[in-house]
Parts: sequence; C-alpha cells; structure tokens
Amino acid sequence: MDFVSLIAVLDSTIRLATPLLLACLAGLFSERAGIFDIGLEGKMLSAAFFSAATATITGSVGLGLLAGVAASMGLAGLHGLASITFRGNQLISGVAINFLAAGLTVVIAQDWFQQGGRTPSLLGAARFGPLTLPFAQTLRDVPVLGPVYHDLISGHTVLVYVAFAMVPLTWWVLFRTRFGLRLRAVGEAPEAVDTAGVSVTGTRYAAVAICGLLCGIAGAYLATALQAGFVKDMTAGRGYIALAALIFAKWRPWYALWATLLFGLLQAVALRYQSIDLGGVTVPVQLMDALPYILTVVILAGFVGRAVPPRAGGTPYVKEK
Amino acid sequence: MEQHRPPDPAIELKGISKAFGSVQANKGIDLRVMPGTIHGIIGENGAGKSTLMSILYGFYKADAGEVFIHGQRTRIPDSQAAIRAGIGMVFQHFKLVQNFTVLENVILGAEDGRRLRPELFRARGALKRLAEDYELIVDPDAKIEDLGVGMQQRVEILKALYRQADILILDEPTGVLTPAEADHLFRILDNLRAEGKTILLITHKLREIMAITDTVSVMRRGEMTATVNTAETSPEHLAELMVGRKVLLRVDKPLATPGKTVLEVEDLRVTDSAGVARLKGISLNVRAGEILGIAGVAGNGQSHLLEVLGGIRPATGTVRVNGAPIDLSGRCSDGQSRRARGVAHVPEDRQREGLIMEFAAWENMAFGYHHAPAYQKNALLMDNAAIRADTVTKMGHFDIRPPNPNLAARNFSGGNQQKLVLAREIEQHPDLLVVGQPTRGVDIGAIEFIHQRIVALRDAGKAVLLVSVELEEILSLSDRVAVMFDGRIMGERQAAQTDEKELGLLMAGMHGGAD
Repeated sequence: MDFVSLIAVLDSTIRLATPLLLACLAGLFSERAGIFDIGLEGKMLSAAFFSAATATITGSVGLGLLAGVAASMGLAGLHGLASITFRGNQLISGVAINFLAAGLTVVIAQDWFQQGGRTPSLLGAARFGPLTLPFAQTLRDVPVLGPVYHDLISGHTVLVYVAFAMVPLTWWVLFRTRFGLRLRAVGEAPEAVDTAGVSVTGTRYAAVAICGLLCGIAGAYLATALQAGFVKDMTAGRGYIALAALIFAKWRPWYALWATLLFGLLQAVALRYQSIDLGGVTVPVQLMDALPYILTVVILAGFVGRAVPPRAGGTPYVKEK
Repeated sequence: MEQHRPPDPAIELKGISKAFGSVQANKGIDLRVMPGTIHGIIGENGAGKSTLMSILYGFYKADAGEVFIHGQRTRIPDSQAAIRAGIGMVFQHFKLVQNFTVLENVILGAEDGRRLRPELFRARGALKRLAEDYELIVDPDAKIEDLGVGMQQRVEILKALYRQADILILDEPTGVLTPAEADHLFRILDNLRAEGKTILLITHKLREIMAITDTVSVMRRGEMTATVNTAETSPEHLAELMVGRKVLLRVDKPLATPGKTVLEVEDLRVTDSAGVARLKGISLNVRAGEILGIAGVAGNGQSHLLEVLGGIRPATGTVRVNGAPIDLSGRCSDGQSRRARGVAHVPEDRQREGLIMEFAAWENMAFGYHHAPAYQKNALLMDNAAIRADTVTKMGHFDIRPPNPNLAARNFSGGNQQKLVLAREIEQHPDLLVVGQPTRGVDIGAIEFIHQRIVALRDAGKAVLLVSVELEEILSLSDRVAVMFDGRIMGERQAAQTDEKELGLLMAGMHGGAD
C-alpha cells in the first residue's frame, strides 16, 4: 500500500470512527451509572432522521443538530423513565426504543417527504462542511508531515473534533470531578450513594441524559456530515458495534478511543477494498462488507479477556427493607 | 455543658410508630440516650430494631412520633437530613463501593467542591487525624475489595466521623469479625465515647452488651419492653426480657461417649473456578456420638468443606463414611448418593440451598427424599397426602409454627425455615449430620431448641460436623473444635480445654501455644 492510499484509509477511519466513538462514550456514561443501554442504535437513528429532516426544512444544519439531539434525549428520557423510575427491564426498554426508532423514522420520512422513507439530499448550509485548520495550505507540500496534517488531521467537520475532544473530557469528568465519582459509585454500589445522602435517581438520570446528548450528536453526524441526508436504517448496527467497543474498552474512555478507531479502520478497509485477489481467489464483496461485524464477534469472543462490567449494571435500585 | 442542669439527651424518641401493611413494626417507641454513652438495643429478629434505626437514619418515615436530637425537635425525611443532624450509621451489610479506594469512599457524597483533588487532599489529612485519635488505622489508598471485613468496617466508621457525626449507630457490628477484631472495635468505641460521642449498638449478642454498653434497651414484637443500666442486669435477665420467658443460654449436655469413626477426611483439596485454592489439604475425622465444631472467620474454606461433604462440589482427596470411600469427582457425587450413605446436609444458606422459597412446606419436606418408598403411591405417582401427613408430624416434633404444611417456605420466619430444613434432615436419622450455620439469623428462643436437637442427635450415637462463625455456638455445642484458616486446619482442641482467646488466635492464622 502506498503512502497516499494509507492516508486515505486512515482519513476514512477517522470519519467512520467518529459516530462509533460518540455512541461508545454515550454508552460509557450510561453503563458506568448502572443503566445498560442497548438502545444506542435507536437513539442515533432517530437523531439522524430528525437532524436531516430539520436541516432540509429549515436549511440550517445547526437547527438540524439541535433537533437530532432533542429527539435522542427524548428517547433517553423514555429509557430513564422505564428503567429508573419504573424499575423496568433495561434490555427490553432498549430493544423497544430500537424498534420504535426503526419504524417511526421511515414512516414519518415517507409522510413528510414522499421519497420512500428518506429525506432529500442536503446541500450547502444544511450540511456540516469541512473545517480547514490553520496553516493547512501552507504546510501542504511539506513531505510526510504535510499530507498527514492537511489530509488526515485537517479538513473534517466540527463534529469529528468534538468527538475526539470528548475523550479527555469524559475521562476528566469521570475521574476528576465530584459528579464523576458519584456517577461511577452509582453504577457500582447505589446503596452506598443512597446512604451517603446523594440521590441515586438524580445521578442516573443525569447519566442517561448525557448518553442521549452524545447519541444525538452521533446520529446528526451520520446524516448531516458523513452523508447528506437520512436513509432507512442508516445506522446499520453502529449502536451495537459501539456497545461491543465499550466492552472491548472495559468501560474506559481512552480505551474506547482505540477500540472505536479499530472498528473504524475495519470499516474503512472494507469500504476501500471491495474485492481482493488472493492468489487467484477473489474475496467476494459481501465478505468484505461483513468483515467488521465478523471481527466484532471474534474480538468479543476471544480478545477481551476479563472485562468486569459495573457491578450494579442492569439492576434497578430498590431500597432494601 | 452547664453544671447545674443535666444535659439534653443526645437522642430522644417519643411515640415512634411504623407499620408495614398490617404488620406493626414499631409501636409507640420511647427512647432516651444521654450524650457520651454507649446504649445497646437488643431484641430478636423482627423485633423492630432495624426499622427503628432506619427511621432514625431517614430510610423510613415514621407513621407517628417525634425525634429530638440534643433537645431539638428534628425531622429526618432522608439520609441527608440524618447526616446534617450529626447521625452516622454503620450498616450490617457495608455500603461501600468495592473498586473505589478508601479515600474515595470516605468523601463520596460529602464532597465540598465540584473537583475531587482538593477534597481528596483534605480527606487524607482528616483520616490521618482520625487514625491517630481513635486507632482507626486504614491505608487511605487501598481498594475496598482488597481489605478484610474488619478494615471495611473501619472505613464505614471513618465515613461517619468524616461527616462530623457525633451520634453513631452500629447494626450488628461484630457478626463478621474475629474476636481480636471485635476487641479492637470495642477499643475504638471506647475512645469515641471518651470523646463525648454517643453510640447506639444494635446486637443480638448478650456478651457484647454486657462488655461495652452503659445502658441497654430491649425490644420485643415492635415494643420497647425495658431499658436498664447494664451494670444492674445479667445476660439471663436480658434473654428473658427478649423472649418473654426463661431461656437456657448454655447448652446442657452430658459428656460425649464417642464410638467408632464415622467420617474420615484425608488431604481434601479444592480449587475453585477462578483457580484459587480454597481447601489446601484438610484432614479430620468425626466419631459416632460426638460433635466436631469447625470454627473460623467466614470465607476461610468452611463453605467449600460443607459443599464437598454435601456433594455439591467436586474435590480431590479421600473421604470415607463408615469406612467406605465416597466419590468426590463430581460425576456421581451428588446429594442423592450422599444420602444413600447416611449423610445428611443442612446447608449454610437455607434460603438458597436448603429450601425453595416459593414451594409449600410439604414439598420442601420431600426434597432429596422424594424417592422414599413411603412417599410413593404407585410406580408413577407420588403420595402427596402421605407427604403432607408426614410433614405435619415432623412440624410437631420440631415445633414449627404455623404448623400448616401448605404454606410456602417464604411465609415462615427465619427460625422456622431453619427448623423445616433441620426436621427434614434429622428425622431421616442419618449417621452423619453435616450442618452449616444452624442458627444464623435465628431467634434466641429457636436457637435454644435447635441446639437441643443437635445435641440429642449426638446422644443418639450419631456423628455431627458443625460449621459456624459464631464462636460461642461452637464452644457450647462441640466436643472437639477444629479451627480453619485460609483453607487449612490451624489446630484442633478439646472444647472443654480451650477458650475464645485461644481459638481467636487460631482463627486469625496464628498458632496459639503448643499444637
């Protein structure tokens, strides 16, 4: 592989890893607080649709982003209501949200735009444009450093930089602030938080809200930055891959970055090399497309090692008698 | 504090009542505890002690009544309010975050600012001072999961003191401690009292009440039946107040007349699924007509020993019952084959392993013995009527209340649940009874009964292997005592020739004197 195509694959890796990273960090906040969230997929999907739809109608990608985040946080609130207030089963609530999003987005899209469940293509200000970082043009012709800076680091949409900035920010919030301490405690031993005089319910709702916010950004990125508009099921399992990455990352922010970059790389390779000749045998396109998913299973089955999830994960908190 | 006027009580409760559905857990409770004293609260399970303390700590809201803290009427709607009122609580089951450090646990919920570092720094200093003042020595950077229970308890006390508590409630604090750890705890409580702190000690151990408290209140069936000065009472008197009748605290048993060896265990080894060696070469024997007590702090391999003997865990080594070896491979070493060889097993956790809580008493009574010919109607069907009748008979023998075979196991009290399991196993007249924690969470009245039954089995010429974390129970029931520590037998003593001090050293892993 030559240098130019390496840069191209890595550039594509960053674009594809961004929604995974945002969703993975979303799941991290939720699960660290003891709320399992299988509904990352549904929240991203609804955010993708509402951001694209709003951007189409208003012509403003900023409003689109807000609408996407609002939709995702609405579903997060639903999940919180079901699993925190009503102490329901968190997996079932998550699955229900995924079904709800998969069905509703298409139905509403058809009703509003009559284009077979998609939104019209977004143009101009209805889409996030690339940001050119300072000196990108100047440095362009410097060997090695130039292409790396100009083609790989510069030229992404603002949401990509937001996603990558979220990693240190998440780490800081979790491990350096009072809120982070309580959030982690509530996922490990909610009774300790309760007897310390802190609201378990409040802390968990805050975590779920952050999860909704990040999923919303991830969904909006898919429809208004990575692609230009919403199509049916456009998340394509990214919510589940983000969950896999979360386990792979052992619920840690920096590991989450590496894990999602790995999954992003797999997707980038699959996209670029649609068919590979191996000594006369052509690897079919379908296998290449399935590769990231197959490797997800392989990695989860074999390479994770002992990943200890938050101890109180998945269980509603009930005061003991 | 003014000289001419007695101080206000640190805690004063007036007419506290609380009902759960139709059950009146607290009925018009009045209580006065003076500052700088240790006040004990004793009572049987379900007497309402924990409910009362939960009300004081804001976990429950009382239906009626008033709380005064240092003379001030105080409303305590939640734990936050209790903490503000200067009340700290050390729960029986610790409320700690296992993978946090001591320091993080101490500041959780008591952080002043939004950022952690200044708070952690402040707490480190405070912990150092508390350690010096009260012998509360803990490594602030240790993770909770790496600490023993005694240390974890200190962290709980530190949590309360860090929140400026001057009233400390301890719920059954010594249940999980070695005698040496308990003594250390009492020294800490002594220091706290000397500093003017007020301590409420909830326990069912009369010995502790006598050793450390200034005054003691007795609760029975949701009511405060008596409050006395500890110096003016005796354990026998307190037991009578608790139960409402005279109770025999010491087990009266004739001298053992051991016969032939029933159980021989040689070099028994167990490695658990995580690869940790749990039994590291256990050898022991029990003879007919004797009780061998296994003492030790919970988690030193006693549970694994019980499970191997009961046939629910594979092991290596040799176990012989009545001279013939039994299979330990786990392939055909189930409970059935053990029962066929005259081994009965009363598991440590009656609710998980001894009973199916949703099933009726008569169904539970048949478990393990459901193949018995007496329980069969024909080749295909069981004779449920016969099982019910048999259950009623056994319920009579063991004074199980209510004597209703159709009631689900869940609806019996802890003591009666335990009696159901004991009745099922003892009434089969096994050669060897393997019994774990026979009186855990059982009322004092029922304890007396259960102890008498176990001694009666021994006197009928049967062998008994008793595992208990209650040293008093081990000493009063056993003829011989073996102490387990870290998967090994640290030593064996004749019960009549040893005491708590010597056994306590062995339990802590130290060889006490000549072996």
